[in-house]
Amino acid sequence: MAKQSKTFLRLAGVLSLMAGVVSSAYAQQSADTLNQRATAAMCANCHGTEGRTVEGSAIPALVGMPKDYMLLQMKAFKDGSRPATVMHQIAKGLTDAQVNTIANYYANTKR
Amino acid sequence: MKRRSFVQASLALGSASALGSMVGCANTGNIPSKARVVVIGGGYGGATTAKYVRMLSNYQIDVVLIEPQSAFVSCPISNLVIGGSKTMADITTPYDKLSGKHGVQMVRDYVTGVDAAQKTVTLASGPRIRYDKLVMSPGIDLMFNSIEGLKEANTSGQILQAWKAGPETANLRKQLEAMPDGGVFAISIPEAPYRCPPGPYERASQVAHYFKQHKPKSKVLILDANQDVTSKGPLFKKFWADNYKGILEYVPQHKVVAVDAKTSTLKFDVQNDVKANVLNVLPTMRAGSIAVESNLANVNARWCGVHYQTFESTQAKDIHVIGDSIMIAPLMPKSGHMANSHGKVTAAAIVVQLSDMPVNPEPFLSNTCYSFVNDKLVVHVASVHQYDAKDKTYKTVPGSGGVSTAPNELEGVYAWNWAQNIWADTLL
Repeated sequence: MAKQSKTFLRLAGVLSLMAGVVSSAYAQQSADTLNQRATAAMCANCHGTEGRTVEGSAIPALVGMPKDYMLLQMKAFKDGSRPATVMHQIAKGLTDAQVNTIANYYANTKR
Repeated sequence: MKRRSFVQASLALGSASALGSMVGCANTGNIPSKARVVVIGGGYGGATTAKYVRMLSNYQIDVVLIEPQSAFVSCPISNLVIGGSKTMADITTPYDKLSGKHGVQMVRDYVTGVDAAQKTVTLASGPRIRYDKLVMSPGIDLMFNSIEGLKEANTSGQILQAWKAGPETANLRKQLEAMPDGGVFAISIPEAPYRCPPGPYERASQVAHYFKQHKPKSKVLILDANQDVTSKGPLFKKFWADNYKGILEYVPQHKVVAVDAKTSTLKFDVQNDVKANVLNVLPTMRAGSIAVESNLANVNARWCGVHYQTFESTQAKDIHVIGDSIMIAPLMPKSGHMANSHGKVTAAAIVVQLSDMPVNPEPFLSNTCYSFVNDKLVVHVASVHQYDAKDKTYKTVPGSGGVSTAPNELEGVYAWNWAQNIWADTLL
């Protein structure tokens, strides 16, 4: 394990040199990706990590859900046309940008 | 600088994560030498943070989770163990997936000291662990000394709290089973804020349900230091009136100041003494003791002030405090769901900060809290909390959130599924 760590650190040194020449535009892009993943994770409390629920869950899994479908459902929760126990109250608290981020994330996550 | 560049480079090469990520799980005593994020407390907040720092860093940041218990025992659903419809096994989840699946290094111990200048924590067993970022999620400390006689009565096992789910949960159930029909169960509630606002009312409902089925001559007495039911008030009160009339009695503005374990008596600041067969006394609460001892509880000496965008302490740099220990933003409940939400915002903030990347300017938190009013029917309260950059706090969104229209069985199904999914999201 110690040997592996040393190899790893050496590699990390090389990578850090590479990172030095990468512009801050990269950092912004990575931060966006990471923050979008964290935003989508706010659904995971009920809908499972990365949208995968436990077996037999009545709460639906979100992983792989088509983006257009999720956007429509969230709109329906917001305007009341789809009745719900909880989701209509949650949907009304999210911005359109957050809903878009969430729909994008789960549509692009493989089942 | 090298370290930060390294983390950044690692994130760029997500596929390279297998190179150094799964360093394996350390057993107690095997203290890792290059720990980066140390998490104190394996509850809803701490375990979620540990898992999500690993995930969001593509398994490039080392995480050490320090937790004295061998398994996670959930406070949510624990009232159903007291009511008799669930078991301790139902609410217990092992920690092994955090290490085996996510590479979190579990250390089974207490933290006895934090050195914010040296950036180290000291374990009860002796060793120190260095950190780049420390996450404190120690939950609550029950202030037994705020009620005369309570500490001794609790230590002897006569008067239980069962507010930290564990052996006391099972023991309170045993006390109720042993109580003769015709007896009285009294639960006392401290002034808000305390952990899980609707929890005491759910517990009283569970005991009333048990009495109605099995000990119909018995009574539940709620002695509340608050002006009124602090959460889901109209829903609880209507259900009590419709279903537990003559069994459950609610009394507001009763603040317990002393207990007499010998005579099983509660004493109040104003009113006459109350005797009961089984007493469940919840004292005033504050941030978990390690947070208080580390001088992080800088609000009324009870709660930890944090910068809400990152949950970094207002008292110490590179120490983040989450969960029940924090000074809450307006309308933010102290709940397991909320602690899980804190954990994710904090994990994301820590990963970007360690990588010299910008913090999410618009984090948000959600909360959903279900209460069982009997073994099947449930009521909820839900809320969404958006970060307001101008006022640097979280605000609930007007028109969002709310409660159930009435207790219903469908939410009973969702509540149990919620529990299973959030346990998995936190621990598996």
